Amino acid sequence: MKKKIILALSFAFLALLFACSQKPQQGVQDSSLVELIEMDFLGAGATFPFPLYSKMFDEYSRIRGPKVNYNAIGSGGGISQLIEKTVDFGGTDAPMKEEELSKAGAEIIHVPICLGAVVLSYNLPDNPPLNLTAEVIAQIFLGEITKWNDPKITEINAGISLPNTEIIVVHRSDGSGTTYIFSDYMTKVSRDWAQKVGTGKSLEWPVGIGANGNPGVAGQISSTPGAIGYTELIYALSNSMPVASVRNKAGKFIVPTIESVSASADVNLPKDMIVSLTDTEAEDGYPISGFTWIILYRDQNYGERDEKRAKELVNLLWWMTHEGQVYCEELHYAPIPQKAVEQVEDLIKLVNFGGKELI
Amino acid sequence: MNDRIFRAMLYASGAIIFVLIAGIFLTLFISALPSVKALGHSFLFGTRWNPQSVWEGENITLGAVPFLFGTISTSFLSLLISIPFAFSTALLLGEYMKKGFFFAFLKSSVELLSGIPSVIYGFWGFSVVVPIVRAFEIKTGIPPYGVGIMTASLVLAIMIIPYSASIIREVLHLVPTELKEAAYSLGATRYEVIKNVIFPYARSGISAGLLLALGRALGETMAVTMVIGNLNSLPASLTSLHEIHKTIFSPGNTMSSIIALEFNESSGIHLSALIQMGLLLILVTTIINFIGRIYIKKTDKSGKD
Repeated sequence: MKKKIILALSFAFLALLFACSQKPQQGVQDSSLVELIEMDFLGAGATFPFPLYSKMFDEYSRIRGPKVNYNAIGSGGGISQLIEKTVDFGGTDAPMKEEELSKAGAEIIHVPICLGAVVLSYNLPDNPPLNLTAEVIAQIFLGEITKWNDPKITEINAGISLPNTEIIVVHRSDGSGTTYIFSDYMTKVSRDWAQKVGTGKSLEWPVGIGANGNPGVAGQISSTPGAIGYTELIYALSNSMPVASVRNKAGKFIVPTIESVSASADVNLPKDMIVSLTDTEAEDGYPISGFTWIILYRDQNYGERDEKRAKELVNLLWWMTHEGQVYCEELHYAPIPQKAVEQVEDLIKLVNFGGKELI
Repeated sequence: MNDRIFRAMLYASGAIIFVLIAGIFLTLFISALPSVKALGHSFLFGTRWNPQSVWEGENITLGAVPFLFGTISTSFLSLLISIPFAFSTALLLGEYMKKGFFFAFLKSSVELLSGIPSVIYGFWGFSVVVPIVRAFEIKTGIPPYGVGIMTASLVLAIMIIPYSASIIREVLHLVPTELKEAAYSLGATRYEVIKNVIFPYARSGISAGLLLALGRALGETMAVTMVIGNLNSLPASLTSLHEIHKTIFSPGNTMSSIIALEFNESSGIHLSALIQMGLLLILVTTIINFIGRIYIKKTDKSGKD
């Protein structure tokens, strides 16, 4: 009898310990009231938002139940898997091309989840803060400006001394959404660039060396004196790399930060949200920013899907673009600006099941 | 009965291998077909690689020449660099030291070299070889990229040494002791025995070892990708006579590297052209192997006579 009491007490004690060790988390309180839904979603696509998505999906499954499995296989892979209908949704950094849309057969909705930006990082003696304009960036990456003390660079960087050394251009060698956003900006602001290089995930680079992935580019920049290259904002911020301010359309030199990237979407956006934000008109917006989207079929009634599944998918998107946005900043992603969220809501409401509204 | 089942199993597994190989080739070929149709011979002779052109208009420029150049230059250069090291290691292990602690240590070190994953070689190349090459480039007035064909060849050379060294060592073992002893009894020095007896006898086997190493260099992807600089065009210095010496220090790219790099984010003709690049790589490897085998057969005869 005594033994049993001791056993029961120790169990109670253990349970108490366990309860205390569980950190109070956002939304956990609600979860005890709402029944957790058992469902598995499969997504695939862009690698850029992968850290954010994993965090969001992890939290979501704790709060609401559905488990989401996201494979970061690249935007191109995400698009083709959605077209082949092997995933519930895709993720992409570049809107789908006409050709891909026609292959899909049915209407596809692009829901923006957050914003990313491409920053220019460099390796100079003592790494002074650097100002760059679109023309200068284009000429450097086209191989027309080859020395750091070129008058075109020094005239926008009064007060800092730039060495008489060769500029070594570093770019991404793997196909990537980062290259897409960067070249999209270059194409908008430089006629020369548009003619000679253009926009895309893999480009024909006139000069420089390529490196694989953000870590590759960062490594190459930090080890090569006189190097300049582009990486994702989150990568530069979390590795404290020097980043250049870029002059935007309003004529201001903008330091890339989460705020200035979010601000770039502070413009009139089209209804379908398929928009390139580079060279934004927003006064305080950083000019090399862009949305990353989740793509899905507007009519969810295809294959063997049922209405419940469609409804849960819409709920997931709603959560990601609302409550889920709080996870953006801690991971250095820029959240969707408040003004744009309403438009995103209208967009999510378009998703239906055989014509039936889901939200 | 048991015997028949056993035999049937053997036949079945043989057939499965054949079906697999045929299947791989068939899928590769079918996937490459769109690009074969769209690009024609411009794929083989084109010197520009512009994936963007697939989406822009009628003139698709996806040429394999820069990558052919990169693959062939890095693998032959690395073979050239590795030969003296492979030879001396093999001779040391095969002729000078046949047992003992240092022998066992060196032998297992060479074997260990072949077991290191290539991404580790790439990382090591990036953090050690690249700065050394860069320092050399700064001193000699070549643009200090650090990465490039030379760096890739240096890393590759170290990767392929164990392959040729261990085969050459085996081949040296096959040289009949009587032959060597006969030479020694005539008063030949060790060096003379190696030069005049062992080397001629083992020549074809040595070539086979080098061929294996070359094959490894041709297909190596990860380590090369990390240190070659990934520039998808022919080195600019190739076209001017004054600067041709800079070519081996300029950035480039190889066939396997471009496939690994662009495969993820490619679609349409671009994807198809990458698969065609894979087929071309298989073809190049086969041709080089074929030429090598003919050479081995020829030297084999003269070696025995």
